[in-house]
Amino acid sequence: MNDTAQRRIRVLLAKPGLDGHDQGAKVVARAMMDAGFEVIYTGLRQTPEQVSRIALDEDVDVIALSSMAGSHLPFCRKLKPLLEANGLGDKLWMIGGNLPAQDHDALRSLGFTGIFPTGSKFDAIVAYIRENVRENVA
Amino acid sequence: MNDRAQPTLKRVTNESGLEVQPLYTAADVAASGGDAMIGLPGEYPFTRGIHREMYRKQPWTMRQYAGFGNPADTNQRFKYLIANGQTGLNVAFDLPTQIGLDSDDPLAQGEIGRVGMSVDTLRDFEIAFDGIDLDKITVSMTINGAAAIAIAMYLAMAEKRGYDVKQLRGTAQNDILKEFIGRGTWIFPVEPSIKLVGDTIEYCAEHAPKYSPVSVCGYHIRESGATPAEEMAYAFCIARAYADEVIARGLHVDEFAGRLSYNFNIFGNLFEQVCKFRAGRSLWAKIMKEEYKAEKPGSMWLRMIAAGGGGGLTFEQPELNIVRGAYYALISALSGTQTMALCSYDEAYTIPTEYSARISLRTMQILIAEMGLTETVDPLGGSYYVETMTNQMRDKMEEIIAETDAQGGIVKLVSEGAIQAKVSAQAYKMQRDIESGAFPKVGVNCYRNDQEDEHKVEFHPYDEDDARVQIDSLNRVRAERDADRVARTLAGVGEAARAGANVMPAIVEAVKAYASVGEITQELVKVYGRYQEPIRF
Repeated sequence: MNDTAQRRIRVLLAKPGLDGHDQGAKVVARAMMDAGFEVIYTGLRQTPEQVSRIALDEDVDVIALSSMAGSHLPFCRKLKPLLEANGLGDKLWMIGGNLPAQDHDALRSLGFTGIFPTGSKFDAIVAYIRENVRENVA
Repeated sequence: MNDRAQPTLKRVTNESGLEVQPLYTAADVAASGGDAMIGLPGEYPFTRGIHREMYRKQPWTMRQYAGFGNPADTNQRFKYLIANGQTGLNVAFDLPTQIGLDSDDPLAQGEIGRVGMSVDTLRDFEIAFDGIDLDKITVSMTINGAAAIAIAMYLAMAEKRGYDVKQLRGTAQNDILKEFIGRGTWIFPVEPSIKLVGDTIEYCAEHAPKYSPVSVCGYHIRESGATPAEEMAYAFCIARAYADEVIARGLHVDEFAGRLSYNFNIFGNLFEQVCKFRAGRSLWAKIMKEEYKAEKPGSMWLRMIAAGGGGGLTFEQPELNIVRGAYYALISALSGTQTMALCSYDEAYTIPTEYSARISLRTMQILIAEMGLTETVDPLGGSYYVETMTNQMRDKMEEIIAETDAQGGIVKLVSEGAIQAKVSAQAYKMQRDIESGAFPKVGVNCYRNDQEDEHKVEFHPYDEDDARVQIDSLNRVRAERDADRVARTLAGVGEAARAGANVMPAIVEAVKAYASVGEITQELVKVYGRYQEPIRF
């Protein structure tokens, strides 16, 4: 048995930037809670610094962003070094929302390996977390 | 139970929770309350329309939501839409502007001009509306948290161009309570936010009596997970909260209610939506007449934009959204709306291109030119089904309003996050039903095109250079303006806020001095503080 099997998976779900469209983030939070994860939902308007600090303080396994208004790339570029500086480089980084296919490679190269654009299913998001969090735990 | 229903037929319930029968007759209309609330268009209770002749006299206003980049970019798009037959404007502002940040604010970086045009000072309004005749084209502004500043800028810009502000028409969204439920561009805590809305209504009633300072939005509450009946019921609760705020200051309802307007959503079951609008029109008239003792018919009118349908559009097979948009426009026309706007087919991806915006505009124009939708008022009136469902939707809305009041009222429920949690739980259930196929959605859970690997959507380009241009422009205005006048008028905003006075006159003076959105917001934040979002599931 590894650590994550003994405790519930902890997910930080953040709304980056100024966008206020949180319907998606809130329904995904509910799906994650129904899947048995502990979800820390930040609410709106989180800066990269806030996301990185909450992720550290809350000792989460997963850092998930919900972005609807197009500023995902500049935000993730700022967030990456902050997460790494906090020693969170081995956590699972995910992003969902309005994410054009043309941006997916750039997101992946920034370390956001779980990409769930509009239309993604709850089951796919939950399955991705279960599979990849376990792999990440040494 | 309807005894005509065959026992083998599956029970059908609409989103608002009302059972739909396979057949309706005069007996159903009678059982649902009869024809007491039908009346005639232009007459109380206005179920069939607020005007006697409706579109026969003038078709609905076509008002596509538009704005991006710098004010100059947006001015160009406005002119493009007008050249293509659009009859009103609806301004999209970028997120920094909407939440009261200047373009040089660190929090604004990466978001300038992205989802709307950026505005820092009155100069930006001058550029955005340059060459547009404000007597011919009415302007609606989708802004809430910073609405008081945007209204002040619009009035100041019009005055500077020589328009008589007393005759000026236009609309600001300025519905902050729904921003706490969905959309999220709040700035100040709930109480001062409502006070600010009251300030704009009171100010406009005196200084710009033809301007509509508020457009109460069921729209975004629906997008956040409310049913159609809840959408309208909650919007009415919110409108009552604003009306109460203004009446408490000593204004008579007839001094301002005629300039309140509404913004509703049109996606979903066609008949449920049409009945929602017909029911809502009569319920609002009843509320104004019986509860608020309004005497002027104009105070009882549910003036509205029936718009968007974003929540009904799909990421999958986006071209199908053109078809959905056509049905939504039909719903809107059959509902007797004053103004119409459609989300464009690519809006699940990007802000609309000229091409997709033009398709939306043409969709509405086809209804006018080819489909006969403007020829007869309330063409569905008298249908047994429509009249029965209209009565039942009205009862349902009244039930929701009574329940909301019994729980302490909309302001309390929004402050606690209770409405947010309720609609979000419903949105979750709906998404589960879509994923399971229980709620059919073409292209999503049925009739999928799984082979299709690339959607054919052209992305609106985001110009990274826009931010630099906007910040340069702000710096130029700051260098050129009268610094003493700016400091003095900004201090005036703070003083008015501290004194609990109406802040609008001071904001108008500040914008005329070219004080910025961010500077004015800061003055108000010092007094009011900032909203803390309740997180509740």
